[in-house]
Amino acid sequence: MTLLSRLSDFEWRIEAHGKMRVPAILYASEELIRDMDNKVYEQIVNVATLPGIQKAAYAMPDAHWGYGFPIGGVAAFDPQEGGVVSAGGVGFDISCGVRTLLTGIKAADLTPLKHSLADALYRHIPAGVGSTGRLNLDDQQLDEMLLNGAQWALKLGYGREADLDRTEERGCMAGARPEAVSEFAKNRQRREMGTLGSGNHYLEIQHVVQIYDEASARAFGLAPDDIVVSIHCGSRGLGHQIGTDFLREMVLQAPHYGIELPDRELACAPIESPLGETYLGAMRAAINCALANRQIITHLVRQAFAEVIPVADLSVLYDVSHNTCKVEEHIVDGHPKRVFIHRKGATRAFGPGHPAIPEALRAIGQPVLIGGTMGTASYILVGMDESERRSFSSSCHGAGRQMSRHQATKHWRGRQLIDELAGRGIIIRSPSTRGVAEEAPGAYKDVTAVVEAAEEAGLSRRVARLEPLICVKG
Amino acid sequence: MDVKVGWEHYAHGADIGVRGTGRSMAEAFEQVAVALAGVITDPARVEARTEVMIECEAPDPEVLLVDWLNALVYEMAVRRMILARFRVSLEGNQLRGRAWGEETDVARHQPAVEVKGATYTDLFVGQNSTGAWVAQCVVDV
Repeated sequence: MTLLSRLSDFEWRIEAHGKMRVPAILYASEELIRDMDNKVYEQIVNVATLPGIQKAAYAMPDAHWGYGFPIGGVAAFDPQEGGVVSAGGVGFDISCGVRTLLTGIKAADLTPLKHSLADALYRHIPAGVGSTGRLNLDDQQLDEMLLNGAQWALKLGYGREADLDRTEERGCMAGARPEAVSEFAKNRQRREMGTLGSGNHYLEIQHVVQIYDEASARAFGLAPDDIVVSIHCGSRGLGHQIGTDFLREMVLQAPHYGIELPDRELACAPIESPLGETYLGAMRAAINCALANRQIITHLVRQAFAEVIPVADLSVLYDVSHNTCKVEEHIVDGHPKRVFIHRKGATRAFGPGHPAIPEALRAIGQPVLIGGTMGTASYILVGMDESERRSFSSSCHGAGRQMSRHQATKHWRGRQLIDELAGRGIIIRSPSTRGVAEEAPGAYKDVTAVVEAAEEAGLSRRVARLEPLICVKG
Repeated sequence: MDVKVGWEHYAHGADIGVRGTGRSMAEAFEQVAVALAGVITDPARVEARTEVMIECEAPDPEVLLVDWLNALVYEMAVRRMILARFRVSLEGNQLRGRAWGEETDVARHQPAVEVKGATYTDLFVGQNSTGAWVAQCVVDV
């Protein structure tokens, strides 16, 4: 902490020292900085030592202790300068992300049907440990899914063409190599398509309680009292197993590539190496798995709505992934450069005009979807021009935990929490009361402080605040 | 040597640490596996109805521990089971494990969370000052 120098109220810097190749930059308010685990500094400094890193290692306002990289860490690497790709820098839940759906209905339309909708959603969307989807994929279907992502799901009848327009990469990550994915990873996924998972994953029905930026809100299709759906999940067992498989390989092969690891979790391989290329192919396949998964869940949500509120028409506002490594063009030393950018618990946040933004939203900027907790709020932000210069167009991803699961279960009882939330008009549906206790809203940082810091730091701007009405928790 | 054989969880950031203690490395490996089951549910609620055999090999005991736990995570995921009782025998860097458990029963087990994988964070296999063998690491949930 003593090494931190304050550049502004929301920007902090650790000068390159020791083996650091670049400085580390942290974006946060003083209060968030004070609350940050010391491990965040240690980890972001470690990231700054990796070969080929560009400009700086960045920590977002929700940063907390992760594996190798802090969660909320952003780092870009140039393969021409020996740059690396890190399995830990992407994380175990590859392409975990948030998808938000507009519904066309208002809070008042939902009120009389809230319990019926909660039941229907819980019935339609498999959630929790050991849950399985309706699909059981054979080898060929798995490979097709891994190659084509949400586009594969669409072919099977899950969703509409317009959904793809509002999904990063149009629902299909190029460069996926299903043959780079182990049999173990594939076996874990066969029956898990269209499942929510557990832990911090959820499906929420939310209402828009505040608009901060009218023009962007209008472009995004958001107005006060609107009902929206947010889905938070990732690549399920497949992504977890790919993370496990490649972390091991990268740990064991680091000496072979001459990489000195300050922490085994930071295991990485040169981008231009057989292991680096194989990992990238497998990781991209996992991105497709996550995109297909959220696409199938979208379809299941539509089915639940059709049963209970048939007037609702669900369209995708946007789908963002916050655990990825992607090839993007960014400005380094005044020139555009192709870099491999890791965002671990960080959201891409392209400013207005970026070609990757869907045409209808391009003039406004990319929607940045921030998941909160089941008792507080979530936010929709928009990318800004400034964020390119500040963080390779990246922003925060959620509230960020401040208390371990272990501590949380000592503080809260699941049943009591569910009753308290019910008293505040929030319906929880979950197979596990202990799971609910572990995810207690109080175990997280103040999401409002996080998004305010993201806005003040120039990473993205607030558009709307959403509060939960129904939460399906795995 | 008076060694307390058992398992425990410890706090770690967003996730959870698992630790097993025993009179031998093999026993510490058995106990840490119970701790893994304890992340999901109360191991005492799991009946030993089915046996699963596991073999792993790694260049050192620490990587072997991660491999052992990850093999269990994998078996539990694909079999939709919870494994909660274990026998481990070690020969050099080779592990032969037997694990017992049953299919996940949501109503009875109330599984809290599925484990994504065992990690290299806080990874330790060795003897503590009392001579007990300890095997521990953080698991991502």
